Parts: sequence; structure tokens; C-alpha cells
Amino acid sequence: MSAVTATPDSTSVSADLRHVVVVSRKTPIALAIITALATLLYGLGSRPGYTHFRFSEYGDPVQLPTLSVNGMATAWLSLVVLAVLVVAAVGFVARQRKAPVWVPLVFALVAIIGFLGWAGAGSTAEYPVVSLVRGSVVLAVPLVFGALGGVIGERAGVVNIAIESQLLFGAFGAAIVGSLTHNPYVGTLAAIVAGVLVALVLGVFAITYRVDQIIVGVVLNVLVYGLTDFLYSQVLVPNGTRLNTTVRFEGVAIPGLSRIPVLGPALFRQSILVYAMYLAVPMVWFALYRTRWGLRLRAVGEHPQAADTVGIKVARVRYRALAVAGAVVGLGGAFYTVVSISSFGREMTAGAGYIALAAVIFGKWDPVRAALAALLFGAATNLQGTLSVVGAPVPSQFMLMLPYVVTILAVAGFVGRSRAPAADGTPYIKE
Amino acid sequence: MSAAQAAAERPQQHHGPEAGDDRWREALRRIVSGSWAVSLGAVVLAILVGSIMIAATDQGVRTAIGYFGARPQDTFSAIGTAVGGAYSSLFRGAVWDFHATSFGNAIRPLTDSLTQATPLITAGLGVAVGFRAGQFNIGGRGQMLMAAVAGGWIGFGLNLPPVIHMLVAIAAGIIGGAIWAGVAGVLKATTGAHEVIVTIMLNYVAFYILGYLLATPGLLQAPGSSNPKTAPMKPNAIMPLLLGPKFALHWGFIFALLAVAFTWWLLERSRLGFEFRAVGENPAAARVAGIDVKRTTVAVMLVGGALVGLAGVTQVLGTTTTGFGDGIDAGVGFDAITVALLGRSTPLGVLGAAILFGAFRAGGATMQAAVGVPIEIVQVVQALIVLFIAAPPLVRAVFRLPQPGSRPRRAAATAAEVAA
Repeated sequence: MSAVTATPDSTSVSADLRHVVVVSRKTPIALAIITALATLLYGLGSRPGYTHFRFSEYGDPVQLPTLSVNGMATAWLSLVVLAVLVVAAVGFVARQRKAPVWVPLVFALVAIIGFLGWAGAGSTAEYPVVSLVRGSVVLAVPLVFGALGGVIGERAGVVNIAIESQLLFGAFGAAIVGSLTHNPYVGTLAAIVAGVLVALVLGVFAITYRVDQIIVGVVLNVLVYGLTDFLYSQVLVPNGTRLNTTVRFEGVAIPGLSRIPVLGPALFRQSILVYAMYLAVPMVWFALYRTRWGLRLRAVGEHPQAADTVGIKVARVRYRALAVAGAVVGLGGAFYTVVSISSFGREMTAGAGYIALAAVIFGKWDPVRAALAALLFGAATNLQGTLSVVGAPVPSQFMLMLPYVVTILAVAGFVGRSRAPAADGTPYIKE
Repeated sequence: MSAAQAAAERPQQHHGPEAGDDRWREALRRIVSGSWAVSLGAVVLAILVGSIMIAATDQGVRTAIGYFGARPQDTFSAIGTAVGGAYSSLFRGAVWDFHATSFGNAIRPLTDSLTQATPLITAGLGVAVGFRAGQFNIGGRGQMLMAAVAGGWIGFGLNLPPVIHMLVAIAAGIIGGAIWAGVAGVLKATTGAHEVIVTIMLNYVAFYILGYLLATPGLLQAPGSSNPKTAPMKPNAIMPLLLGPKFALHWGFIFALLAVAFTWWLLERSRLGFEFRAVGENPAAARVAGIDVKRTTVAVMLVGGALVGLAGVTQVLGTTTTGFGDGIDAGVGFDAITVALLGRSTPLGVLGAAILFGAFRAGGATMQAAVGVPIEIVQVVQALIVLFIAAPPLVRAVFRLPQPGSRPRRAAATAAEVAA
């Protein structure tokens, strides 16, 4: 080592050393497989005719013309772009560099466009692009909040299978308090409290009593399902008007931004919770990577012994992380009862917490990637409704299945390398 | 301090003047600090919390609390009526119907409980086998659904002679469950993918596959129908009733008991089971001892999935024989986890826990019908039982049971040294 540091260009050598990246060939392989599958699909199931994309809605300040393209041409063109991206990814890996995050992002976008072009060919129905994007974003709200909470918890070393129950309890709390006060803000606050409550129960068992975190998570989900079901039929149904009729958040158009064609009405004419989501993603990223709190949290998640040695109180850091995570997930739970609809229903989260968990893993325990994964899963869920409108030959069940299949491939390592924080899921026992 | 020193100290207390007294104390300590005391404490604690929930949400109790200051005894009697009524109707629906006029009708609730327990026994065994080998199988739902797909398709799609048809369908269901769990096992063995995540995701994949099969004519959907439901099972494939047409208990219960015996033999007497437990205790040591850990991982999932698959096929051939939809698992896949935890992953423990939860299920329905307490209270009580069992220090603290390792007087010092 001393010989290396003695060389004249020692700075660049050490700089190189600092940039050691584990190059994984799995990204180009995965992209190539998807491209091949798409080629097979389009090649076997040729669909003649035009596909229509509608970019403007009635009342938009700027009216854009409806775009009609040849469906098969769009599909084949998208395949060409996908192939180029695969070559680019191979190129990055060949030069010992990680494929940058924009490669899979652009890949996903182009693949979706090509798929839509193929699926809608020959149909008279138009794709409402604005509401497609808006629907994806709206459906992704609880998933993004759930994934962010999951990332915070797991980065601190606590596996959070209980995202589902935090979402559901948040929705439940927002419904009752929001109905009693006729105020969605107070309802949202109650959702946050409810999420923290579930997170603290998880903490008591997982951190203090060192019960297996997965067991606690699974059991908490069962418990909250049962509890909310019980209270719903015993308390909410008999007092529906007083306890289960919330005032929803109104959509707020952001001046200026909302006038951008397509993206404006899709992204900036939303309810306040959606704007909170836009802010939450960078905030969580900043908190995790640029603050002392985040550094300690990640230290506790990777190597609690070492963190303890330098005086970090492991249990306290984990409790605080779980409380913050619970608050974030609870905020997502509020979506169901003060944004989406104005009343609570039995088990209304319907497995969203597990999709959020999938997004955490698919996003490699990184807040931004996890949020993007959640957005992708939201889009997949949203797409199945649209596809049935244009009469696409894809059963809706397969679109709904997609997030789960993708996650299995992700944890199996076919889509990038998923490495959990080193101490994820292990209780810390001070020696 | 070394073990040798500890051993040297130990004989002294046995020769002490209070040796006999100590022995009784020790026996009592074993009983109250043992795991069974904790299980019992957890059940009592959970039922207590359930009582509070019933009382707190009862209309009569809330009315009586309104004038608590004037007549407090009304509140207590209202609580007594609400909680007593709920639990007595639970008992009436689960064990013995004391309103019934004939012995047959009175005993029917017990057979209903056993019917409800049947899939819980086998699915619980499947999860327990995983636990013993250090694996967490949350995929019970998916494995049951795939078993139902395989067994159900044989059950209504083929025409085979009696008995053979049933056995072939059962075998198909077992294989279906084993394959679905095997996916998780193979992925874990080859790529290190965590089985918890994979089995959770496989639950949903199975659910949507079944949804697709049920919604597509020519696959599982009953011919001439647009409902997402299969055709009824062929009579030759249906598991016969055990106690005649008056009772719902079917041969699935016998198969479940056989599965208990098989699992006991597998875990306690077979070479494969020894390997399972060795890997569960310490995979590194097992590898050093020459056990193929990867192969064992796959085998554990296959056996666990097969047992859960038996539960799935029991549902379609025994309990719901008129055709099934996508809710055929009836939450058994998740309850199996709580059953295995309550039963401490031993075959006999699982049998007992499954019968208890089966009784909860059967009695819960009666409770809902008789006194209007929603059946979900059962789910809450079950979850609480498992939470409390998972945290023995909590239960011991509530009931002031001695913590294990904290021994009375002089023995305490020795115990601490031995533990160290």
C-alpha cells in the first residue's frame, strides 16, 4: 500500500480507490430479457391499426391535438430504443462503471409507451394521457409514503412488515377524527398519531422484548385488521354519519405550474397530500444522508455494535426512527379516508402495505429509488383499468401481479443487486 | 467463571439442610416459569383484553356508564351481561350447545370446531416445520390457493373411480402446494433471496393467477357461468363425512391427524428431520457437520408447502365441495402462523393450538349471531395471544411469574455463572 501512496499521482489513485463500485451485470441482463420478451409479444401478437393518445382535457388552457400513431410502428420503434439502452447499459458495465439510474428509468418509460401503443392498436378509445399520469401519481401516494416509512425503519435495522397495518390504522384514525371535527387537517394529524402508535407497539416488541421482527410485523397486521374490522362493524357502522363521513381535501392548483401542458393538470392540480408526497421524498433523502440523525440511524442499521461503541444509544435511535417511519406511513394512510374517498371501509388498504414493502426492496433501501419503484407499481395498478377500456388482450390480473413478480425477481438478484442494511431484522443485545 | 467451577459449586446446595425444600421450590419454579405457563398466561391476558373491547363497545354498557355516578352497580352488571353473554355463546358455538334438546345437537359445535381446526392443523404443521428449520413461511395463503387449483381441477375435471379420485386429487394438491413453496426454497438456496419476502409476494401472485383462472371460461370457471367460481367437485373426489350427514366433520380431520403423526416422526425420528433441526439451530455448524444446507433449505420448503397444500386441498374436497372462489383459503394461511407460534412448532402443540383456534372460529360465528359481537374479535384475541407468547418477559411481568434464570437465593448465583 505504501508503494501506491508514494507514486506521484497518488491523489488520483486514492480517488479511484474511493470510487470502488461493485459492477453488476444483472442490470443489462434484466433489460435485455425484458426487451426480448417484448419483441416476442409484439412479434407473435401483431395488432393492426392506430393508437390514439389524448393529451388535453376539457378546459385546459392549452389544447393539444390528439395524437394518432400506428400501434405496431410505435411498438417496434420502442423496441429499437430499448435495444439502444441495453447496449448502453452493457457499455457502462464493460467500462467497469455502474449503469446510471436514468438508464432503467428511461427504459421503463419507453417500454410503457411501446406497450401502450401495442395494446391500444385498432381501438377507437383514446388513452387519456393526463388522467393516466394523474391516476398513477394518486394511486402511488400511499405506496410512496409506505415505502419511505419502510426505508427509514429498515435503514435503522427494524424490518417493517407492519406497513400495511400502519396504513390501515392511519386511514382508520383519519376517518374517525376527520369525521368528528369535519376537518381533514385534524384527520391527517390523527392518521400520523395512529401510524406512530402502531410503530411504537412494533418497537416495544421488536426492540425492547427482542421478539422476531417479522413475527411482530405479521401479527400486528392481523391484529390491526381484526381491530379495525371489529370497531368498524361495532362502532362505525351504527354511527356512520357522525363517525365515518369525512370532509375530503380539495384539489389545489399551483399557480403557474398547473398551466404546463399535460404535466400541469396531471401533477399540479392535486390535493395537499400529494404535494406533501413530492416534498417528503427529498426530505427523507436529505434526513437520511445529510443529517447527523440520518448518519446515526444508518450506523445503527449497519453495525449496531460499532455505533454503540461510539456512544450512540442504539435502542433510542431505533425507537425514534420507527416513530418517524410510523408518522410517514400514517400520513399515507390518511390518503384513503381524506383524499381518495370520504369514509373508512373494511380492510381498505387491500395489501398496499405489502406493495410498499416490495417497493422498499426493489428500490434497494434508498428513499428516492423506493419512491420511484412505488410510482412504477402505482402506474402498473392504474394501467390495468385503462387497458380494459381500450380492450387490450392482457388480463387485468397479470398487470396487478406485476409488482409482486418484479419484486421476486429483484430479491432473487435478477434486477440489480438488492442488499439489505447489514443489521436489518436483528435485535441488538448490548453486551 | 468456568463451567468446571460452577459444577464444583453446585453439589454444595444439594447437600445443604434445605435440600428437600429447595427441590419443591425448584419444581414449582419450573412449572410457573416454563413455556406452558406463559402460553396459558398469554391466552388469559388476550381473553381479558377481548373482554374489555366487548364491554367498551357494548351499547348497554355505554348507556349504564351515562349514569355511573347515580347507580354504579348497573355499569358492572351491564359489563357482566355483555362479556358473559359473548363468552357463553362462544362456548355454546364451539364446545357444547347447552340449549340443545338432543345429545347429537348438543355435541355438534364440538365437531364444527374440529372441522374448522382441520386445515389449521395441517397448515400449522407446514409453518412449524419451517420454523424448526429456521425458515419463515408466510406463503401459506399462496400455497393453499395453488393446492386448491391443482386439487380442485382434478376434483371436478376428471372422472376416476371412488377413493382413487380423492387420493389423486389430494396428491395433486399436495404437489401444488409443495411446488409453490419450493419456488421460495430454490430462490433462497440459489440466490439467497429472503423467503419471507418471496413467500409474501408469491401469495399475491397465486391470488391473481387463481383470479385469472376463475375469470376465464374453459379454465377453472364453471361452464355456463360467469361467476368467478369453479364447478362442484365430483362425488368420487369428495372426502366422506366421518359422523354421518348430520355433522360436517369429514375425513380431512383423519388426514390431519395422520399429518401430525407424520410430522412428529419426520422431525423427531427421521434423518431428514434431524437435518432440518440442525440447520435451524445453526446453519454454519450444520454445514461443517456435512449437511447440505442448500438442499435442506429446498427440502424444508417442499415439505412445509406439501403440508400447507394438504390444508388447501382439504378445503376444496372436504369443507367447500360445491365449487370454490378466490377466498377458499379463508385466512387459514395466516392463522397457520399464529397456530405454529402458539403450538411452539411441535406437532402436538400445533394440534392443540389449531383445535383452540378452530373452536374460536366456530364459536365466533355463533357469538356474532347470538349477541351481535362481531366475529373479528376472535382475530384480535388470536393476534394478542401470539404477541404475548412471543414476548415471555411481558407475560411473566404481568402475572409476576419468575423470569427464567432468576433463581431464588443461593441458587441464583450459580445459575448466572452457568448461563455465562
